[in-house]
Amino acid sequence: MSAVLPANDAGSAPVGITEINKPAAPAAAQAAAAPVAAPHTPSPRLVLARRRALILRFAAPLLGFAMFVLIWQVISHTGGGQLPGPAKVWVSAVEVFSDPFYIKGPNDQGIGWNIISSLKRVGIGFGLAAVIGIPLGFMIGRFQFLNHMTSPIISLLRPVSPLAWLPIGLLVFKSANPAAIWTIFISSIWPMIINTAMGVRQIPQDYTNVAKVLNLSEWKVFTKILFPAVLPFVLTGVRLAIGVAWLVIVAAEMLTGGVGIGFWVWDEWNNLNVQHIIIAIFVVGIVGLLLENALVLLARRFEYK
Amino acid sequence: MVPIAQNPKAAMIKNPERYLQVAHAGMVFDTNDGDFIALRDIDLDIARGEFVSLIGHSGCGKSTLLNLVAGLTHPTSGSLLCAEREITGPGPDRGVVFQNHSLLPWFTCFDNVYLAVERVFGATETKEKLRDRTHAALKLVGLSHAEYKRPGEISGGMKQRVGIARALAMEPNMLLLDEPFGALDALTRAHLQDELMRIVGETGSTVLMVTHDVDEAVLLSDRIVMMTNGPAATIGEILHVPLARPRDRLGLAHDATYIDCRTAVLEFLYQKQRKMAA
Repeated sequence: MSAVLPANDAGSAPVGITEINKPAAPAAAQAAAAPVAAPHTPSPRLVLARRRALILRFAAPLLGFAMFVLIWQVISHTGGGQLPGPAKVWVSAVEVFSDPFYIKGPNDQGIGWNIISSLKRVGIGFGLAAVIGIPLGFMIGRFQFLNHMTSPIISLLRPVSPLAWLPIGLLVFKSANPAAIWTIFISSIWPMIINTAMGVRQIPQDYTNVAKVLNLSEWKVFTKILFPAVLPFVLTGVRLAIGVAWLVIVAAEMLTGGVGIGFWVWDEWNNLNVQHIIIAIFVVGIVGLLLENALVLLARRFEYK
Repeated sequence: MVPIAQNPKAAMIKNPERYLQVAHAGMVFDTNDGDFIALRDIDLDIARGEFVSLIGHSGCGKSTLLNLVAGLTHPTSGSLLCAEREITGPGPDRGVVFQNHSLLPWFTCFDNVYLAVERVFGATETKEKLRDRTHAALKLVGLSHAEYKRPGEISGGMKQRVGIARALAMEPNMLLLDEPFGALDALTRAHLQDELMRIVGETGSTVLMVTHDVDEAVLLSDRIVMMTNGPAATIGEILHVPLARPRDRLGLAHDATYIDCRTAVLEFLYQKQRKMAA
């Protein structure tokens, strides 16, 4: 009796087949039914569509890169040799990455150490911002009074350029490294507070009704309803924040010195080693892309229809 | 103010004839344009095991009344009693099925039902027993095969059945249904109505259902409460549906009593309470 039920209410064709074949496992039968329905030799139209998808996916980005390198080459030729061409930068990059972890003194370390130092600063500053910003966002979203209390300050401070905070950090911490971390912290906390608070405010009434009707305890409401409902918003905030943090770190390190990708750029500018600056630009771009993509993947894991 | 207390009938414990008692209930909403009277003078008793439908045009306060019984909102006047106790808030003794199923999308069907089961029986029963209850509730609505799917992976009808399973799993004394099949296509709706009749027949639940579907009301109900148009809506007429159970949709199509009931409700809705053009 109950095995017949799924077919009746879904009403779609594949499930109808299911009823005859294998009532116990409709999902499996449905999946099996789809390829059977398709003919073995794909139609010319399908072949065209697939080819188009392949072109869009691989050929177009490759062409874009080729054009980019070409324009770069042309500019480096006509620019009187000031800007090193792609070939020269490539040779230099191979050299830089052949020994990324050397240490020849406090101001001369391999590219690997520079990247790790920058990531460490971003990690600490951003981590502190998350630890404070996300709970604060929850509270601001939950309590109207707190929202009205904090929103003028947040609106005032949020548009301030991150580097304006650096002198305050230097003044308070009397040291370059904590000042850089402070700058990361203050510039990445806003997106997390604002997005978390927005998520809490936008929880659908349906979910809160479920909590009310079931009479769930506060803890259960938080862990089973509030937190999962707000998580996608939190992750958006985290993604925006890490983007800002990675943007800011290069500029902050240029000013504070020490070891780090930003300082490396400044140092190589002083050495007039323009190839290394271009390498640094690519490295910053690639690391930023990787961070962003990792968080997009994480966010997708918690997306629900 | 509350005459129920002096009523000798009400003094008897668990009077089965007056399981739910709504006395002079009224609801006024405080809006920007001043007070809005949604409901006035609602008097309604529902017996244990009875299936009662609330029908009326949209905006007549059917859902408002259901929310009062659910305890999601409180009446601005009058009183509501369930099993002789005043309704002060939502409780697991009244299981609610929402129109839009209201499942939590990050949980599987099983976990959605388990959340309710754990809330009601978690303090007294073992985890294994709780899981058994959850399996049983999903089996009752014919969803054993979809237990570990998420709401996003199943059809609208199946979601609604999970919602019903969640309400039933709490073993509520009363089932409150807010247009439970309103968002479904006609075939799915008919199928779920039959399922609901079977389940209510098996469990003997007391049911209060909001609907705007005349056939649904006649087919499922023992009594149909017809509400006048809002604002200040109240109960217009109450119709007894004297059809024997179990009822069969096809057999009733030409049944004289069924047709009479149907006509009575239609007359109320389209002659006495014609919806004014907005």
